[in-house]
Amino acid sequence: MGNLFKIAIRNLLRYKRRTLLTASLITLGVVFVLVFVSVSGSFKNMMIGQVTDSMIGHMQVHRKGFVASIETLPLNLNLKGGAIGRLEKILNEQPEIDAYSPRVKFGGMFSNFTETSSIRLTAIYPEKEFKAVPLLPGRVTDGSKELKPGGILIPELLARGLKVKPGDMVVIVATNADGSVNGKQFTVTGVLQSATGPGGRDGYIHMDDAIEVLRMEGQQVSEYAIRLKDFGNLAAFGEKLDSLLAKEINQQNKPIFELHTWEKLSPFFNIARMIDLMTFFIKLMLIAIVLISIMNVMIMAVYERIREIGTIAAIGTLPGKILNMFLIEGFCMGVGGALIGDIAGIAIVNILNLLKITYNFGQQQGIILQTAVSPADVLVISATVIIVSVIASLQPAFKASRMEPIKALRHT
Amino acid sequence: MTLISAEHIKKEYPVGEVVVHALNDVSFEIGPASFVCFVGPSGSGKTTLLNLIGCLDKPTDGTLTVADTDVATLDRKASAAFRGRTIGFIFQDFNLLPVLTVYENIEYPLLMVQNVPPEERRPRVTALLAAVGMADQKDKYPDQISGGQKQRVAIARALVTNPKLVLADEPTANLDHDTAYRVLDLMKKMRNEFKTTFIFSTHDQKIVGEAETIFTLEDGKINDAKTRGGGNGHG
Repeated sequence: MGNLFKIAIRNLLRYKRRTLLTASLITLGVVFVLVFVSVSGSFKNMMIGQVTDSMIGHMQVHRKGFVASIETLPLNLNLKGGAIGRLEKILNEQPEIDAYSPRVKFGGMFSNFTETSSIRLTAIYPEKEFKAVPLLPGRVTDGSKELKPGGILIPELLARGLKVKPGDMVVIVATNADGSVNGKQFTVTGVLQSATGPGGRDGYIHMDDAIEVLRMEGQQVSEYAIRLKDFGNLAAFGEKLDSLLAKEINQQNKPIFELHTWEKLSPFFNIARMIDLMTFFIKLMLIAIVLISIMNVMIMAVYERIREIGTIAAIGTLPGKILNMFLIEGFCMGVGGALIGDIAGIAIVNILNLLKITYNFGQQQGIILQTAVSPADVLVISATVIIVSVIASLQPAFKASRMEPIKALRHT
Repeated sequence: MTLISAEHIKKEYPVGEVVVHALNDVSFEIGPASFVCFVGPSGSGKTTLLNLIGCLDKPTDGTLTVADTDVATLDRKASAAFRGRTIGFIFQDFNLLPVLTVYENIEYPLLMVQNVPPEERRPRVTALLAAVGMADQKDKYPDQISGGQKQRVAIARALVTNPKLVLADEPTANLDHDTAYRVLDLMKKMRNEFKTTFIFSTHDQKIVGEAETIFTLEDGKINDAKTRGGGNGHG
């Protein structure tokens, strides 16, 4: 086999310019794909990170039917007493879970004593919430990141619209589950940077205040936001937790809980899918480049070496070995192009990081582009290039191996 | 004892709508360690006959036995394997592989055809390099040596597998007069040393005399067969 490689490499070096051009084309393709994958991947990861780590969490558990009615934030679909205990017992037993945060979500009126506006509120236990969505404190642009009972974090748009700043007194009025109305005075603790997507305009209060405003008897929870130790484990753990929750049924023999991963809760999942789709088509283009360029070179190589093929066939080289000779040439060209492309691609990705390029995402400005290319991406792209190179060489190699030596030797 | 036996062999092939009778009822026998020449003008059927003996083609009719094998019965792969272990080839244009050195060209059949291990390959290649007088050129590539040297390398390559038979189609056609004689001398020397049958074709009457058996072909038939004790000398 080593000798086949030696002959293949020498034959490639025999037509240096052509080999260099083809390998360069493959290299350029690999570089382009690697850079695209890393830039789009970093954008996608940043977007997912922002959505999950500052608002939604990696996944959420609700009472069955809550998400379908989420626009109305129905208090009658909150989880209560026994269900909360059963759910927290399950969550506590899962080693994959890093943190979880119970929330109560409700709508209300927000007043600065002169003007009133509607507001969506999320009641939280700050220490739990900040573990489940660790980027949330970072969204506090003005005031304190600490949320104590009696304090409220308000969204930037509302603060600007109603000219409210940290330290100001405001009133929240909310309708309770029984239809009665209750109000409570709060001190603005901080202003939250607007985030794009659902929940981006939510204000936050302490859970103790929600119990008071909503006149809740005992603990109630609208949703549990869950953060995993390994985000890559989302699908597998989602299935596991889903099956565990499915076993929890009510007296009507129906499931109590429903589980949704961030993908089902955020419209940004569609953007992430679009990015994946674009990446797929970019990879398809790379395959086409490799396929056409290698096939072209190998067809030329076979045509130019017909007499050589005739000679080696005449002296007894078996057709399979002749096939391998040409396949290995294609393989070597693929390996060479992929290897140089990988090195150049990784270098460019690192240079992009050094340049600290910034961009805006929704209301967030000056996000630094942090590109990274995973070893898995490098391996998949390289393997694709190499396999396609061999496939592209297959037809010319097969033609060479089937050549009649007598006809090949006559070729001029 | 017979190495090659041809009985009433015919070879026809179509050229457009016309059928060309390249060989017509040709019969002959060649023994081991012979030094044979097929002579005749262009189109007389020399190359066709060598192609049939070399298992590169199959007769349309008749029986051709080479080293006790009916070559017409061999399929493509079996033909290649048979050629690899029984026959060596010397070509008019030398046909050395340009990407291999002199040493590697000679080594090629052992390495890629017979899969001989390195410890056996090395002494055989080295011995043949010395025998054809190319030991000092072994690291050169074909484009760095002369035509005569290329043909010596081709002879060594043909002999390296210890074949029973070496076929040479017009081996001196691209060589000058002196070099042609030197190449034929070398072929004869190799025949004496390795007891390999050499069959060559030529249309050059001057070198025909080097052969011990001469078959004269004309219009696809053997017109004359002469056997002599040895070459008539040259210089």
